[in-house]
Amino acid sequence: MSSASVSQTGPGFARINRSRKVKNHAASVLVTLAFGLALVPLVWLLWTVIGKGWHVVVHASWWTGNQRNLTYQDAGGGVYHAIIGTLLQVAVCTVISVPLAVLVGIYLVEYGRGPLARVTTFMVDIMTGIPSIVAALFVYAVFIATFHLTKAGWLVSLSLVLLMVPVIVRTTEEMLKLVPNELREASYALGVVKWKTILKVVLPTAFTGLVTGVVLGIARVAGETAPLLILGPYTANTNYNVFSGNQAALPTMINEMFLNLNHATGTGAYHLDANGDRVAGAAANFAPERMWGTALTLILLVLALNLIARLIGRRTKIAD
Amino acid sequence: MAKRIDAKDLDIYYGKFLAVSEVNVTIEPRSVTAFIGPSGCGKSTVLRTLNRMHEVVAGASVRGEVLLDGEDIYGAGIDPVDVRRTIGMVFQRPNPFPTMSIYDNVVAGLRLQSGRIRRSELDGIVEKSLRGANLWNEVKDRLDKPGAGLSGGQQQRLCIARAIAVQPQVLLMDEPCSALDPISTLAIEDLIQELKTTYTIVIVTHNMQQAARVSDRTAFFNLAGVGKPGQLVEIDETQKIFSNPSQKRTEDYISGRFG
Repeated sequence: MSSASVSQTGPGFARINRSRKVKNHAASVLVTLAFGLALVPLVWLLWTVIGKGWHVVVHASWWTGNQRNLTYQDAGGGVYHAIIGTLLQVAVCTVISVPLAVLVGIYLVEYGRGPLARVTTFMVDIMTGIPSIVAALFVYAVFIATFHLTKAGWLVSLSLVLLMVPVIVRTTEEMLKLVPNELREASYALGVVKWKTILKVVLPTAFTGLVTGVVLGIARVAGETAPLLILGPYTANTNYNVFSGNQAALPTMINEMFLNLNHATGTGAYHLDANGDRVAGAAANFAPERMWGTALTLILLVLALNLIARLIGRRTKIAD
Repeated sequence: MAKRIDAKDLDIYYGKFLAVSEVNVTIEPRSVTAFIGPSGCGKSTVLRTLNRMHEVVAGASVRGEVLLDGEDIYGAGIDPVDVRRTIGMVFQRPNPFPTMSIYDNVVAGLRLQSGRIRRSELDGIVEKSLRGANLWNEVKDRLDKPGAGLSGGQQQRLCIARAIAVQPQVLLMDEPCSALDPISTLAIEDLIQELKTTYTIVIVTHNMQQAARVSDRTAFFNLAGVGKPGQLVEIDETQKIFSNPSQKRTEDYISGRFG
């Protein structure tokens, strides 16, 4: 039997509409294009940062040295002091933020009813929108202008807390809402009290999500620059004390290097000779490569934190 | 250890909405009582008032008395948590705790109620409960695997094992087979027959054949009318309900004229 006779005796299904085919193709092309377009800045950014920073970060001394007694004309030195500063400041911020924010999230989902919960939700919404520089100015106004403390890493941490708390509250809320109510009821029906139900059933079920929220919060604040400029001035030395003295951080180091770029670029480039006089023409300048190296280091640091958090999340899941 | 339940003049509310009114029902110990009736008539709501799970819903409240061997579970100062320890519950959809192994699921109630218990003691309870739920032979070699990895019917039996591990007096079952296939349903129905020698069992079901198969007594619930609260139409021996009910509405429902 030929195919022609089959189609004649068949039930007579409609052929795919031509215009539907065209629309389908058009939509597919549009969606793919949009995806490609969205990827362009990401790939471009990574390409630039990796391309310009790669040869800096591959040196072991980059990870172990600081910038003490080095000018932009001197080669060598590293980013260790800034990594230490960023890690300490973010750690202090995380230690304060996570318990606070997770408890607020638990309150809002498991206990919050009535006006107090509504006000809390509203406040968290407002906090989400606070620009980082405003948070920094607030901390400056309270601790430095009013209480006459000096600038230090922990004040940076405090302003970062203001930025991190709403992020973690939000994700905690979302993750706890994803836990089926049936699990809570199953626990209550076994005669388990509410707080134990939350601690032993709800939180473990949402744990991976909670970790993701914390990482999002950390990624949000690790690259913040405004609070550092106002509260944590750059220094070339390594400072392990988050509670006193200037402390370098990755974003302020990038900024510091950026401020030194101008000496060497363009037609008006000059450098200083041994007597301190201006001499036309660019001298050796290591600020640009240090800037890109630091930028790449910051990206790698956030990436590493992400990976660690994912590992924690996977570890704690029960083995299938 | 089974106990008897007497519900007296129960009015059950969600906020200001009266969902079920004037329920008077007696549930005999060591027997299976089935609640049947059309959707939305309040069977599950009544069931949830029998172990104070109803009030877990925001705004929900109850008026009236529920006597467990003469003691009102809604009495002043009575701890609802202790009521739920005494009157266990199995839900419509199997809901083992996803982060816990089979073993941990079974002992979850004990562990979360009273903290540390000796491992040897727990081992005994796990075996006894899983045997009680007819699940032991299927899972004894993989007790440390996640409970969520079992089939639906096995999960539901795991939930029953979890409920009986805390040694309740009464077991409430809210459509325990509605999410299961016929073979798993049969396994659960057989299990109910075994459990009733030890426990007082109340089962809500949409399946009238199931009520006829497993229950000793059957209560028929229905809405008093469109927009009116649900009510208990009658409760009697299952055989009588299905052959010669005293209310015409029950007969209409049983014979498939509505619902």
